[in-house]
Amino acid sequence: MNQSLTRRILLAVGAPVAAVVFAVTLSSIFLLIAGSNPLQAYGDMLENASRLETFVDIINRATPLYISGIAAAIGFRMNLFNIGVEGQYLLAAFFAAVVGGAVELPPVLHVGLIFFVAVSVGASYAGVAGVLKVSRGINEVIATIMLNFIAIGGIIAWLAVEFLDREGASTGTKEIAESGRLPDLNGVLEIFTREITKGRELTSILIIAVLVGIGYHLFINRTRVGFDFRASGFNPLAARAGGVPPKKMIMYAMLLSGACAGLVGMVEILSESHKYDDGFVRGLGFLGIAVALLGRNHPGGIAVAALLFGFLDSSSGILQITGSATPEIVQIMQGIIVLAAVVAYEVVNRIKVRDEASAAAAAIERTPSDELEGASS
Amino acid sequence: MTDVATPPSPTVGEPDERPTLFQRYTSLPGWARWSTAAAAGIMLLTIVQAIGTGDTDVLTDAGTAGGMLRFAVPIMLAGLGGLFAERAGVVNIGLEGMMILGTWFGAWGTVNFGSPWAGVVTGLVGGALGGLLHAIATVTFNVDHIVSGVAINLLAPGLTRFLSDQMSIKTNEAISAGDEPSFPFKWEGGSITQSPRAQGLPKIDVPILGGNDGLLARIDDAEIFFISDVAGILDGAMTQISLFTIIAFAIVPLSAWLLWKTRIGLRIRICGERPEAGESLGVNIYLHKYMGVITSGALAGMAGAFIAMELANVYREGQTTGRGFIGLAALIFGNWRPVGVMMGSLLFGYPFVLALRDGDQLGTRGLLLVIAIVLTAVLIASIRNRKRSDAIIAGILAAGAFVWWALTDAAPDWLPNTMPYATVLLVLVFMSQNLRMPAADGQPYRKGGA
Repeated sequence: MNQSLTRRILLAVGAPVAAVVFAVTLSSIFLLIAGSNPLQAYGDMLENASRLETFVDIINRATPLYISGIAAAIGFRMNLFNIGVEGQYLLAAFFAAVVGGAVELPPVLHVGLIFFVAVSVGASYAGVAGVLKVSRGINEVIATIMLNFIAIGGIIAWLAVEFLDREGASTGTKEIAESGRLPDLNGVLEIFTREITKGRELTSILIIAVLVGIGYHLFINRTRVGFDFRASGFNPLAARAGGVPPKKMIMYAMLLSGACAGLVGMVEILSESHKYDDGFVRGLGFLGIAVALLGRNHPGGIAVAALLFGFLDSSSGILQITGSATPEIVQIMQGIIVLAAVVAYEVVNRIKVRDEASAAAAAIERTPSDELEGASS
Repeated sequence: MTDVATPPSPTVGEPDERPTLFQRYTSLPGWARWSTAAAAGIMLLTIVQAIGTGDTDVLTDAGTAGGMLRFAVPIMLAGLGGLFAERAGVVNIGLEGMMILGTWFGAWGTVNFGSPWAGVVTGLVGGALGGLLHAIATVTFNVDHIVSGVAINLLAPGLTRFLSDQMSIKTNEAISAGDEPSFPFKWEGGSITQSPRAQGLPKIDVPILGGNDGLLARIDDAEIFFISDVAGILDGAMTQISLFTIIAFAIVPLSAWLLWKTRIGLRIRICGERPEAGESLGVNIYLHKYMGVITSGALAGMAGAFIAMELANVYREGQTTGRGFIGLAALIFGNWRPVGVMMGSLLFGYPFVLALRDGDQLGTRGLLLVIAIVLTAVLIASIRNRKRSDAIIAGILAAGAFVWWALTDAAPDWLPNTMPYATVLLVLVFMSQNLRMPAADGQPYRKGGA
């Protein structure tokens, strides 16, 4: 028993570790070919990460990735692929920026309104894909891919011109007033450490991300609907026979996933640039999928994965500065880690299945034959 | 129980009922159906052009037609790439990434070997490598197809950026040492985001028909209603046409022949329909899935090479702009068939050309009317088939398109980028019963499961 427990832990931790080791090895080969010293590069990356300012940067990058990962994971838990997190978060951020920039409200209300707009836009846009799936049986992968492009190339491209801020010097939407911004968390962090310099500001969306993570954990593991979710993801036919309405579950999953997606852009809107423009950060939706996969849809695992990706993202800058390696290696590493991780999980899964089969076979062998016959008759 | 109470549908038991126009149409062979649809489409464009405000013939002139072919090619090759993968049962969301590899390798080959023909081959190989990666992940390791595709789309841009960086570093080193940059690091004038100029394949006129004084050009100049428009379109398709375009269009019948008329094609298709059945007949499913997915990558790579060499004459970062996904849209629109993919690509390439050629977007405004008319046709069909919800949706959309057309002077510039995706969603909403994807598409398969 004890041995199998260690084996199980090894298998659970082994896969992501193996993936990272594999990715590091492969990236080292790339770096060697490019004529750089991989050890020097990784040393620079780690040394940089140990600085307080970089730590803040990593958290700031990991926060939206984490929320995006949770958004993807909600779908994955039900075997639904919400590839549309990308479109949902950009659309939500755009509308949140437009509404937030248009009104003047007391501080708490203003921020609350921005959150409300973002969450409802994200949820409704994901809901479109949900309705298409439930009413017309359209595959959600195809629907969300198409909706992504309609959102980015169509709706935003169209409305961005309408809501362009023509008075200010900025391109993009009107900047949100002071009352619609969130204060940074530097003060809280500085209690434990020294003063944060270089104008880095720890985003307070971090708190939202933590709440989203806890909420996701409680919802999936502690609520009735969450149980139905997992059941219909695991075996839709059995769940249906057990009285779980599949269409309702699909709608719930898409709406929740979209609502989460709506929060992804809030770091930028509420803490950083306070507007939506051409430079608005893109690609977080797809990275979120990668992060969710890497973290096995587990709230803690996704956090580790988001931090890893945040660390890698933040490293590309230092590589550029020190010149110890080409910064592109970071993006290659991210891609390889994801591919290696999903392959490693699959291999581990096969080992687990084989283990279970041999354990079951051993158990049957140990059982006296008359007992087996008694059970079968 | 409720089945018994349902009255028999009125069509049953009336054998003498004449087939409707639509039924006759759907019973035609594929090529005839698509030609009819294309002719009807051109007719519609001609009429719209005649009543439109802008007195140009930009909707149907030869230049637009030629441009349409050029813009359709990458979408079509990507779509055919998707076709090979999905017919082998593997969903390929990674087309975009494989296309990115194709743009880079296409330009690199053209520059380094000094020949566009080499660029076509290297682009193809670059994409095929992406396909191989996808096949290893999905077929050998049974990784979810969407997941692997997303990972490839993340990986490809990083890889090409890394490669360009290496190229420019090595080239600059050689230049500062006073040497000529040598193979495989010729990147003179290129940078981390852009390659040196990469030439396309030679262009030719189709004899007799094409060319500036060819037969079709003369018919076009005669200005006969509709016939001249058709001639104009055909003329554009046959004048100064790149050999790459011709090769690409030749791949359409070739794919159809390969997948439906050869033994190997049958085996690839069984991987997408019922791999277990194929396995029980001794077909090596893994091998054929690999072939399908690698071919898929190769075609996507060619699509990328076409963008770099023919459309831009240079590799530039981010130049695929989601065309891999438009290819996927064309694949669905074309009902997982080669000719359908081609038609979808022509349709989806069309607004891009208009956006480019019709600067003031006055002629393009006519497209809104076309959309409105098509939706009205859907509305009428839905009413006749007593599909109430379809009729309501189509009615609202058609009315919206009419109002929009009536109120605006110029088409919005985001229309070309949105139309493919919106069209596919509408096709899925109204016609999903008429679409049939391969039965085992996207399903995991492991040997010995049968």
